[in-house]
This record gives sequence, C-alpha cells and structure tokens, in this order.
Amino acid sequence: MAGLIDLANPTRFMRLAALLLPWLVGAAAVLLAVGFYLAWFVAPADYQQGETIRIMFVHVPAAWLALMFYSVMSLSALGTLVWRHPLADVAQKAAAPIGAGFALICLLTGAFWGKPMWGTYWVWDARLTSVLVLFLIYLGIMALWRTLDEPSRAGRAVAILTLVGFVNVPIIKFSVDWWNTLHQPASVLRMGGPTIHPSMLWPLLILATGFTCLALALHLGAMRAEIMRRRVRTLTILEAERLDRLATQGSPA
Amino acid sequence: MSSLGPHAGFILASYAAVVVVLGGLILAVILDHRAQKRALADLEQRGAGRRSERRTS
Repeated sequence: MAGLIDLANPTRFMRLAALLLPWLVGAAAVLLAVGFYLAWFVAPADYQQGETIRIMFVHVPAAWLALMFYSVMSLSALGTLVWRHPLADVAQKAAAPIGAGFALICLLTGAFWGKPMWGTYWVWDARLTSVLVLFLIYLGIMALWRTLDEPSRAGRAVAILTLVGFVNVPIIKFSVDWWNTLHQPASVLRMGGPTIHPSMLWPLLILATGFTCLALALHLGAMRAEIMRRRVRTLTILEAERLDRLATQGSPA
Repeated sequence: MSSLGPHAGFILASYAAVVVVLGGLILAVILDHRAQKRALADLEQRGAGRRSERRTS
C-alpha cells in the first residue's frame, strides 16, 4: 500500500513509467518472437482441428487480457471511489481502449476459428454473448469518459459503471460450466491442471506473457499521455483565467 | 500457404485482425503521447505554468 501511495505523485509515476517502458517493450518483442516461432514452426497441428489451432495462440491470450484489463479497471474504480487515489481514474481511463482492443481481437479471431470448426461465425451461446457484452461495456465506458468534461466527475461516474459491469467477468469465466455452450470448457486455467499438450501449452504461455508485456507497455504509455493531457487542461484553464484577468484590468472602469 | 491447409484464409484473417487492432492501438498511444507532449511544451514555453505558480504563491 505504501508503494501505491508513493506512486500517487504523478511526477514520480511519470519517471518510473519512463524507466519501465523500454524494458516492457523489449520483453514483449523477445517473448512474442519466440512464442510465434514456437507456435508456427514447432507446435504440431491439432489431431482434430488441424492447422486452425494456430488461431488459439492469439485468441486465448486476447481473451485473458480482455478479462485482466477489466479486472484492473475494477480495482482502479475502487481506488477512485474508496481511496481517492489520484492515479486510479487515470489508470482506468487508459485501460479501457486496450481492454476493448483485446476483446475485439478475441471476438474476431473466435469468429474466424468458429466458421471452419463449428460451421458458423457466430452463435448466441453464453460464452460468446457474455464476451460481446464485455466489449459493449468497454465501449460504454469509453463513451462515458468522452461525455463528461471534468475528469474527476467523469472518473467517479465511470468507476460506478465499471464496478456494476464487473458482474460480467465471473459470468464469462464460468459460462461454459453453468450452461451448455458450443464453446469448449477451459483447458488451461482449470482445477486439475491444463489438459493441453506441452508442445502447444508452452508457446501459448510464452505468447500470453508477451502480449501481457505489450499490453502493460501500452497501458503505461497511455497513462503518461493522460497525465500530460490533464496538465495541459489545467495550464490552459489557468492561462485563460490569467488572460481574462489581464483583459479586465486593462479595460476602462 | 498450402501448408496451412484448407482453412488458411481463416488463420491468416485472424492474424491480420491482431495486427490491425494492436497496430492501431500502438499507433494511437504513440500519436496521443506525442500530441500531449507537444501541447504541454507549447504551454510551458509560453510560461503558462510559471506565471500561474507565481500568482498562487
């Protein structure tokens, strides 16, 4: 908690983020290069799904990251509402487009995988529908940020919406257990360990770590931009007030 | 291409979607960062921050 309080200082955060960013980008580049090499040239084709199993290597990390970023946003929402941490709503605002991007990748790659395997791009089953709802919640949150001008007011409104939307996260995770779905049940993050062969599991885990590093780098970059946007906003208001005051002083009584 | 089997189009479309969406995100973050940095530098060059600090102190 002390570390989080230290980071409440935006200048300190900007310095730390600038230090971390090149390492995260470097780690992402190496992990993605190794992961894609293993996924394309070492991992075998699946005995049932054939070469379409290559889609899994981008579809599954995208699904995990879409959920992870929503969970990060929910924690940030608590930070905004409970602890009033100055960077919490910055983190939340910066995370939304990234989470939406991964949710979109998950939906698109799922459709491209579904057509050859299930015979359809889309079906209204519980897993697919709940991920679509997640994507729409992301879009709603991004729209709400744009609707309200004042960042702290917008932050509180978005925080409430984010926490309400969090109910969808366990629904997505357990939808394949609670309902009969066309989507297969979990084969990696499950009680009893993964059911997927190590020749496919390792590339998947390496790629998931690489995408996570990339997503964190994007998040830090977007947070830095958001902090600067708020400084620009404050300075612009102060400058406008100063010019207004000068104009009032200069005008005849 | 032929080594990807009969569903090569779906596999390539999936990877193209990843490149387009992630490429767009990366580009958006970099451009936004640059724009805010430039705007902040312009304001500071005009002395907006310094003058306001002097006024409030």
